[in-house]
This record gives sequence, C-alpha cells and structure tokens, in this order.
Amino acid sequence: MPVIKSMEELEKIRKQAKDMINLRVDNETKTRIVVGMGTCGIAAGARPVMLAILDELKKRNITNVIVTETGCIGLCQYEPLVDVIQPDHPKVTYVNMNPEKAREIVVKHIINNQVVDEYVVPNI
Amino acid sequence: MRELSLHILDVVQNSLGAKASVIEINIEENIKKDLLIIEIKDNGSGMDEKMTKKVMDPFFTTRTTRKVGLGIPLFVHAAKSCGGDFKIQSEKGKGTAIEASFVLSHIDRAPIGSMADTMVSLVAMRPDVDFVYRHCVGDQVFILDTQEIKKTLQEVPLNNPMVLDWIKRFIEDNLKEINGGA
Ligand SMILES: Nc1ncnc2c1ncn2[C@@H]1O[C@H](COP(=O)(O)OP(=O)(O)OP(=O)(O)O)[C@@H](O)[C@H]1O
Ligand code: FES
Ligand SMILES: [Mg+2]
Repeated sequence: MPVIKSMEELEKIRKQAKDMINLRVDNETKTRIVVGMGTCGIAAGARPVMLAILDELKKRNITNVIVTETGCIGLCQYEPLVDVIQPDHPKVTYVNMNPEKAREIVVKHIINNQVVDEYVVPNI
Repeated sequence: MRELSLHILDVVQNSLGAKASVIEINIEENIKKDLLIIEIKDNGSGMDEKMTKKVMDPFFTTRTTRKVGLGIPLFVHAAKSCGGDFKIQSEKGKGTAIEASFVLSHIDRAPIGSMADTMVSLVAMRPDVDFVYRHCVGDQVFILDTQEIKKTLQEVPLNNPMVLDWIKRFIEDNLKEINGGA
C-alpha cells in the first residue's frame, strides 16, 4: 500500500529536517512574505503565486522567511498582492503578481535586498 | 473560479478569518447518485441566525475594505448552476458548517482541480491550524489529518519545505489510488 510507504517516508523526513531546526531564527527577526488570499486574490491567481514563492525559497535554501496570508486589503484591482515585511524596513507591497514575478521578488528582494520598483504598488 | 479547489481555499479563508483552530474539509464523489458534495466545517467564531441568513447575499460582508462579500455567493452560484444546492449552518461561538452539492456529471461543473495545491497552500500559511481533509470516491476513502502528521513530526514544523513536498505527493498519490489507480 502506497499509504503506508508514505508514512514511513515522513519519519525519514523528520530525521532529516530535525537538523535544520537548530538554524531557525526567532520569529520576530524573520522576514515575512504575505500573500493576499481574499476572494479576488484567489480568483486572480494567489495560489500559484504562493506555491511559486514556497518553491523558490526551497530551491535557494532560505529558511528564515515566514510565508503567510491576509484577507482583502481593499486593493482588489491589483491582485494578486504580495507584501514583503522585513524587520526595521517599511512594508513593500507588490501588485499584479504572477509566479514568475513572485520568484523574481524572492531573488531580488529577499536574497539581494533590492526592492523591485517596477512591481511596487503605484501611489494611490 | 476555474476549480472547485479554489472555492474551497477561499471558503476555508473565511474559517481562518473567524479564528478557527480546527477545519474539516469533506469531499464526497458519489458516482451512483451522480452527486458531488463539498462540506467545510470550522470551530471558529460562528454567526448568529440573522447573519447566517444574510451571507448568501453578495451585498453582505463584515469586512471594511470592500462593500461586497464575494466568496460565499460565488460558491452558491457554482453549486446552483450545476443542479446542486447550498446550505450553511452556524452558531455564534461554536462554528460554521457549509455544504455545497453539485450534479457530478453536469456539463457546467468546474473540475475539483488540485486539492494538493489547496492543502499545501493552507498548511504552509497556517501550520498552527489543524486541517482534516477527507475525500471519498465511491467506497474508497482518503484522509489527511495534520494532527496525525504533527504527531509523527514532533518538533519538526509542518511548514518545513520537505514536509510540504511530502504532503503534496501524499495527496496526489492517494487521490490517484481512490480514483482506481488511474
Ligand atoms: N466560516 C465563517 N465563520 C464566521 N463568519 C463567516 C464564515 N464565513 C463567512 N462568514 C461571514 O460572512 C461574510 C461573507 O463571507 P464571504 O466569503 O461571502 O465574503 P467576505 O469573506 O466578506 O469577502 P471575500 O470572500 O469576497 O473576500 C464574511 O465577511 C464573514 O463575516
Ligand atoms: S481580495 Fe485582495 S485586496 Fe481585495
Ligand atoms: Mg470570503
């Protein structure tokens, strides 16, 4: 049964992942990536954006970032929306995201510390 | 929305907004009765009777950021336009249960889509919440219970990338299995 095999595999994953835990940073000092998950956000493609962010973080071995959700913030026409919140920095809101742009933000903003101006919310 | 799994993600988002700590998602594909039933139950803050009646009206929302609430009306519309029905039950302080049904073979019925993607997104965003996802096709059943997974994982967080990959594969493999291994 594939089910049982999978559960055994989970036990193996636990042993591997345990070693990563020591490297974890306190939550307060972590960067947060927040994806808008209101109805408009989901309809506009927030799910693939979220999955692309998780995948890019994994590929680049970034473990000190929290990925989370928020409801509607009233900028529905700009969905999918992604906020990057770094400690001691003003929040940056990226608009009209898609999986490719979201991956670009992980690389440029999270890794290279460079805000991607062309995707930032226009003045409103 | 193009997939029912996106409606599910959206409606679960309401449960998260209502501060639920346990959320149950049940999908039943009853081939004999030609019926698809999607049920979402939470132990969040719930609604009183008056409010429960109003939620199917698109001009009702408790949000302050936008004048209309779209999530539930869109789901109601999806069900009713596929020969189905929609029910909502809620009790203040106890929680909410919604049930949408669809004629399985209805030509306008959106596909269920990727439940693996919906569950991985939910678990990644809210590892603190317990999700129980149960999917039946005929007499075959598959259950993903994050409480069980947490027990196996012990100190390893549910949103660890390796764990998320495992959850995705676990769901995909099991759904294939209960669909006859196709
Ligand atoms: N599970 C639930 N528990 C408690 N209240 C709920 C629940 N689901 C819906 N509600 C209430 O019903 C309202 C309408 O929900 P609906 O999903 O239709 O719109 P919304 O969440 O307000 O906005 P949108 O889904 O368009 O982003 C919500 O604002 C909330 O007050
Ligand atoms: S649904 Fe995201 S800003 Fe409105
Ligand atoms: Mg909603």
